Amino acid sequence: MAIFRKNKAVLPLAALSVLTLALSACGTGDEGDGGGGEEPAADCAAYEEYGTFDGEEVNVYATIVDIEAERLENSWADFAECTGIEVVYEGSKEFETQIGVRSQAGNPPDIAIFPQPGLLASEVAGGNVLPAPEAVEALTDENWSEDWKGYGTVDDTFYGSPMLANVKGYVWYSPATFEENGWEIPETLDEMMTLTEDIAADGTMKPWCAGFESGEATGWPGTDWVEDYVLRQAGPEVYDQWVNHEIPFNDPQIVEAFDSVGEILKNEDYVNGGFGDVRSILTTSFADAGQPVLDGECAMHHQASFQASNWPEGTEVAEDGDVWAFMTPGVEPGSNAITGGGEIIAAYSDEPAVVAFQTFMASAEFANNRVEQGGAISANKALDASLAQSPLDKQSIELLQSEDTIFRFDASDLMPGAVGSNSFWSGIVEWINGTPTEEVVDSIEASWPQ
Amino acid sequence: MEDLGEKFLQVVIALAIFAAIIGFIMLLVDRAPKSFRDKATIIGFMAPAAILLIVGMVWPAAQTTFLAFTDRNGAINGLDNFIWMFTDPSALVTLRNTVLWVILVPTLSTIIGLVYAVFIDKAHGERVLKALVFMPMAISMVGAGIIWNFMYAYRGTGREQIGLVNQILVWFGGEPRQFLLDAPGNTFFLIAVMVWIQVGFAMVILSAAIKGIPADVIEASRLDGASAWQQFRNITIPSIRGALVVVVTTITIITLKVFDIVRTMTAGNFETSVIANEMYTQAFRANEPGRGAALALVLFLMVLPVVIYNARVLKKQKEIR
Repeated sequence: MAIFRKNKAVLPLAALSVLTLALSACGTGDEGDGGGGEEPAADCAAYEEYGTFDGEEVNVYATIVDIEAERLENSWADFAECTGIEVVYEGSKEFETQIGVRSQAGNPPDIAIFPQPGLLASEVAGGNVLPAPEAVEALTDENWSEDWKGYGTVDDTFYGSPMLANVKGYVWYSPATFEENGWEIPETLDEMMTLTEDIAADGTMKPWCAGFESGEATGWPGTDWVEDYVLRQAGPEVYDQWVNHEIPFNDPQIVEAFDSVGEILKNEDYVNGGFGDVRSILTTSFADAGQPVLDGECAMHHQASFQASNWPEGTEVAEDGDVWAFMTPGVEPGSNAITGGGEIIAAYSDEPAVVAFQTFMASAEFANNRVEQGGAISANKALDASLAQSPLDKQSIELLQSEDTIFRFDASDLMPGAVGSNSFWSGIVEWINGTPTEEVVDSIEASWPQ
Repeated sequence: MEDLGEKFLQVVIALAIFAAIIGFIMLLVDRAPKSFRDKATIIGFMAPAAILLIVGMVWPAAQTTFLAFTDRNGAINGLDNFIWMFTDPSALVTLRNTVLWVILVPTLSTIIGLVYAVFIDKAHGERVLKALVFMPMAISMVGAGIIWNFMYAYRGTGREQIGLVNQILVWFGGEPRQFLLDAPGNTFFLIAVMVWIQVGFAMVILSAAIKGIPADVIEASRLDGASAWQQFRNITIPSIRGALVVVVTTITIITLKVFDIVRTMTAGNFETSVIANEMYTQAFRANEPGRGAALALVLFLMVLPVVIYNARVLKKQKEIR
C-alpha cells in the first residue's frame, strides 16, 4: 500500500504510454494493399493511352464487398500497375447512407460507384458530383445504348458511365420436363398464358411456383413481376412516366399490369407448385421458391439472372442441363423489352489520374477483365461475349448488347424510398393476401411523397 | 486473421484510453486543494457518467424530439407527422396493435405465471417444473420468433406439414391454416410468443414472493377456517402486491418496445405492425425520419408513466423496509 501511495502517478502514466505505443503501431497498418508488386509484369500496351502517373492515389467507394470486390480489384490490377496509379478500394454495405454523409462532410471518395440511378441524382442535387470528362462521355456514346447512358444522366448532364449489369424477368424451367410433356417455350404473353392453362389442365404439376418472403423486404419479387408486365404491355414510355410519377401509380395501365400478373399469381389452379395455395407465396422464401422446378412439382419460376446461384450446388444451368431460363416474352413475338439493374461510376474529383481511371472503367478492357472472372455481366457493347463464364451470362450479355433491346432499370429502384422500398413491397404483400388491385394501387399512390 | 489482430488491438487501445482517463481523473481529484476536495471528488466521479448520459441520451432525445416536427427534407412541418399517425389507416392499425399487446401480454403473462407459481409451490419436483417454464426467457426474442415461425409454418392441404401447430390441426381432422396472414387473429398468435417468453419471468418473481409470505400468517388463516380460494384472495395476493406491480410494469415496458418478434415473424406485414417496428420502417426504409421520430416520441411518452410508477413503488417499498 505504501509503495502504491508513493507512486500515485504511475498508473495513469503507464496507461498513457501504452496508449502512445498502440497508436503509433496503428500508423503502420493498411499499407501494400493495392500494390500487387510481386505479380508478373502485365502487357502494358493496352494501357499506354491512359499515360503514366507516379504513385498517385485514386480512392474508389462502392457497395461491392467480399469475393465480388476481389474480382473487381483484379480487373483493374493491370491498369494500376501499368499506369502507376494506386487504386484504393473501399466497399461498404452502408454505402447508400454513407456516401451522402461523406460528400456533405467534404470528404468524398474520388470515385463512387452508385448502385441506383436515384441515388446518383440525389447526390448530384447535393452539388458535389462532377460531370463526366469528355473522354468518358465519348466512350459511353460508343459502348452503351442510349437507355444506359440515360441512367448516368441527370437533367441533361452526363455524370458517369455504367459499370456492370444484371437482367431480370427470366422464367426458369426444367428443359427435361418441358420436352417430356411436349411444352414449347412461349413467344408471347398470350402463349405463356395458354401454356399455363395447358399445364394446369394436364394436372401433373402446378404451372408456377413463387416465393416473395424476404424478411423486411418481403414482396420485392412481386414488384419485378409487375414491372415486367408494365414494360411489356404498356411500353417503355408509360414505364418511364410511371417511374417519374408523371402518371399516378393507380393509372389504368398499371392496374392492367397488376391484373395480368394476378391472372397467374392469384389463381389457385396456377400456383403455388410445391408449397400450397396462393397465399403460401408470402411465406415462401424467394431463395427456396424455385426448388419445385427441380423436383417436378412446378413448371415455371419467374426470377432474375441471379437465381442461377440459388439452385442447389451441382445443378447444371444450361439449355440441355437441369434448369434453363427463357426471357418473359412480350405482347408480340420477338419483343425485346427487358428490365434489370446496374451501377453508375461517378467522380468527385477531376485530377488527371481520376479521369484516367474513370475512362478505363468505361472501356472494353475493364468489362472484359471483369466478365472473364465470372459472376458478372456488362451492357458494354464492346464486351467480348465469348468471355462469359456460363451459358446464362452469355445469353444475358447478348440480350444487353443487342441493338434492338429496350432496357429499363428496375422501377422500384428508381422510385422514391417511401414507395420503391416500402409501400410497393407491402402493397404486393396485401395484394397477394387478397386485397383487390384498385385498393392496393390507391394506397401506394397515396404514399408517394408529394 | 489480420482482421482479428486489428480488432484485438482496437480493444486494447480502447481499454487503455479508458484506464488513462480514469487514472487521470483520479490523479486530479487526489491533487485538488483540501478545501475543495469533497466537491472535486463528487464532480470527478459523476462527470464521466453525466457526460456520457448527456451525449448518449439527453442530446439524441432532444434531437429526436425536434426531428418529429420535420418532414423528409428536414423542413419543419408542424404537427403533420402526428396528424399522419392518428389518421392514416395503416398507422392506426399499428397503434391499435400496440394497445392490444400492452393490455394482453402483461395480463396473460402475470395471470398464467401467478397461477403456475401457486400450483407448483412446494409441489414434488418444483425446481424442474420452474426451469421448464423459465427456459424461454433464456431465448432471444429473434430466436423465439424464428422458432414460432416454424411452429406456425404452413404447407398446403394434403402435403406433409412442417409446422407443429398445423400438424396438430391435421391430426384432429382440420385444415391447415395460415396463422400469420389473417388479421386480426395473427396479432394474437404473435402475442402468444411474447407471453410464452414472459410467463417464466412472472412465475419466478411471484414464486419467490409467495415463499416470502410469513408462515404464521398462513397458519392463522388456516386456523380461522379459510378456504384455499379465500387464502389466495386475502392472504397471498395482498402479501405479494409489490412483486405483482414490478412484474406487470416490467413486462409492460418490454411489451411497449416489442420489435424483434414482429420484425422476425411478419416484418409488420398483414396488419401486425407495432409502434417500434413502424418507427424503424418509416425512419430507415421509407426515408421518413420525421414520422419515425414522431412514433419514437409517442412510444417514449407511453413508456414514461409506467417507468415513473415503477420507480415510485420501488421507492415506497424501500421506505417500508
